Amino acid sequence: MLRLIARRLALGVLVALTVMTLAFLLTRLSGDLAVSIAGPQATQADVEIVRKAYGLDRPLYVQFFAWTGRAMVGDFGQSYFFKDSVANLIQKRLPITLTLGLVGLSLALLISLPLGILAALRENTWIDRGVTLFTMVGQAVPSFWLALILMIVLGLQLGILPISGTGTWQHFVMPGIVLAFTAIPALTRLTRSGMIEAMASDYIRTARAKGLSRARIIFKHALRNAAIPVVSIAAVQLGFMLGGSIVIETVFALHGVGYLGWESIAKNDFPVVQAVVLVLAVFYIGLTLLADILNALLDPRLRTG
Amino acid sequence: MSALLDVEELQVTFGRTAAVRGASFRVERGETHCLVGESGCGKSVTALAVMNLLARGGQRSAKKMSFAGTDLTSLSDREMARLRGNRMAMIFQEPMTSLNPAFTIGSQMAEVMTRHKGGSRAAALDRAAELMGRVGITAPGMRLGQFPHQLSGGLRQRVMIAMALMCDPELLIADEPTTALDVTVQAQILRLLAGLKRELGLSILLITHDLGIVARVADHVSVMYAGEVVERAPTADLFRAPQHPYTRGLLSCVPVPGRVQRDRPLGSIPGVVPAIGPGFAGCAFRSRCAHADETCTRAIPRHQAGDAHDYLCRLEPDWAELQPA
Repeated sequence: MLRLIARRLALGVLVALTVMTLAFLLTRLSGDLAVSIAGPQATQADVEIVRKAYGLDRPLYVQFFAWTGRAMVGDFGQSYFFKDSVANLIQKRLPITLTLGLVGLSLALLISLPLGILAALRENTWIDRGVTLFTMVGQAVPSFWLALILMIVLGLQLGILPISGTGTWQHFVMPGIVLAFTAIPALTRLTRSGMIEAMASDYIRTARAKGLSRARIIFKHALRNAAIPVVSIAAVQLGFMLGGSIVIETVFALHGVGYLGWESIAKNDFPVVQAVVLVLAVFYIGLTLLADILNALLDPRLRTG
Repeated sequence: MSALLDVEELQVTFGRTAAVRGASFRVERGETHCLVGESGCGKSVTALAVMNLLARGGQRSAKKMSFAGTDLTSLSDREMARLRGNRMAMIFQEPMTSLNPAFTIGSQMAEVMTRHKGGSRAAALDRAAELMGRVGITAPGMRLGQFPHQLSGGLRQRVMIAMALMCDPELLIADEPTTALDVTVQAQILRLLAGLKRELGLSILLITHDLGIVARVADHVSVMYAGEVVERAPTADLFRAPQHPYTRGLLSCVPVPGRVQRDRPLGSIPGVVPAIGPGFAGCAFRSRCAHADETCTRAIPRHQAGDAHDYLCRLEPDWAELQPA
């Protein structure tokens, strides 16, 4: 078990280094940074001054190692536009993104697990077909449209939830629902197929032959095995939710990390872009590691890996 | 004293397919009763129907199906679950997949006991360790903490047997328990079952396609063909004087030392088991039978060939053969 964790951790560090390299190189490839920082009216002399001031005249590898060296100790430099340190910017935005992601994932699991189990136990009945239809519709609906519909119905017509901002917990309900809907279809279908497979397995036949109660058969013996792929996918989905919630953060005016990344790409604020990419990658790596550990706890066969 | 398990006219259908068509057999207390037949003859489905463990879509009905005087057809699912694992237990053909990969051997064994008899988990684990020793598993204490994937197929089948014995059942249904195991392990498991029967007074309903196993362990045999019990007899009578053409065919397929002649081929039954649709009448074996004539399409009588020996065929018993030697 410890060996497994150590191995996955080493792998995670390698992935993080790769992401750092790619993030650094890709921002350099997007054009001459000195020109875009200096602005369209700048003369050649201004550009040269900017180049020197930001250290962009140094060889690429020197810039890279200077940046990685500082990033290791949490110093991501200064933002070019926000007049603040990158670390501060991210620190301020992170709680919003994390809250939104966790609300989204919790809602998604609360809805998709019972739905998936119900559909599996009522396979090929109208309940099952209804759930399948629901997941297909959920998959097809674009999140910005769902966001607008929720705003109109819950926010404006019924007036029970605020439509934008981050003041109270109520502000996270609607974005959470919208974000949950990006994960619900996949998680529901996975729970359903996992449960159908488990319920048809030989060990469930054994559990029934032992005379166990139906609840114990479903929730202990079948769900434990059906949950393994769901955990893996849920971790990946949470990664998407943290990094890919730009549309939702924009629609609901939640200024989280995703929105910050999008802003800084538009403004060529490359220290922020690099840091956002790295932070999101580290979250992703951490979540995958967490999923591996949870899976090993659920499935003893994975513990020796 | 009445039979422990008494099944009359059991019918099992899956949609329009009839898997079991009026099977009747009795398992007496303290005996090993074999259900024998080739693949697809309905012997596993019969066992699952008795346990009420049919896969989805399976429908069972019977004129009579009683276990120790209790009418199994009238029990609710909840009442049936109270019997399963408690007074009637079952082990399966697939030891590799019959245990839940996510839980320890100890936890899977203990829950049978705590479910049916109550008591503490620790007491149930003690009982599990004791039974593991009884079925020939060394170092039971260590095995209790292990997971199924850490055990070999033979060990897993022993665990299944020990698990089935947790609540001291009266009846053990064993569905091809040795088919997936290699030959030496097969012999060990059969010896174990025979020992348990003798020492615990257990009744065993053993399902197999292997006549060698039947000859070694069975007290009584029911031969199944296409969902029907075509011949029932004490084991010795069945091997000495089989009456149904299908039973004769089956026995002729088995090489017997001393009786097989070098230049004569081993027997075989031509053709395959026919698919039986709704409205089928007469003898299901007639398409493969050398004795078939037009009367075989009508209702077939059950002939009595001895006290506990009967068979389903239009042919009269061969009394000369049936006389004790």
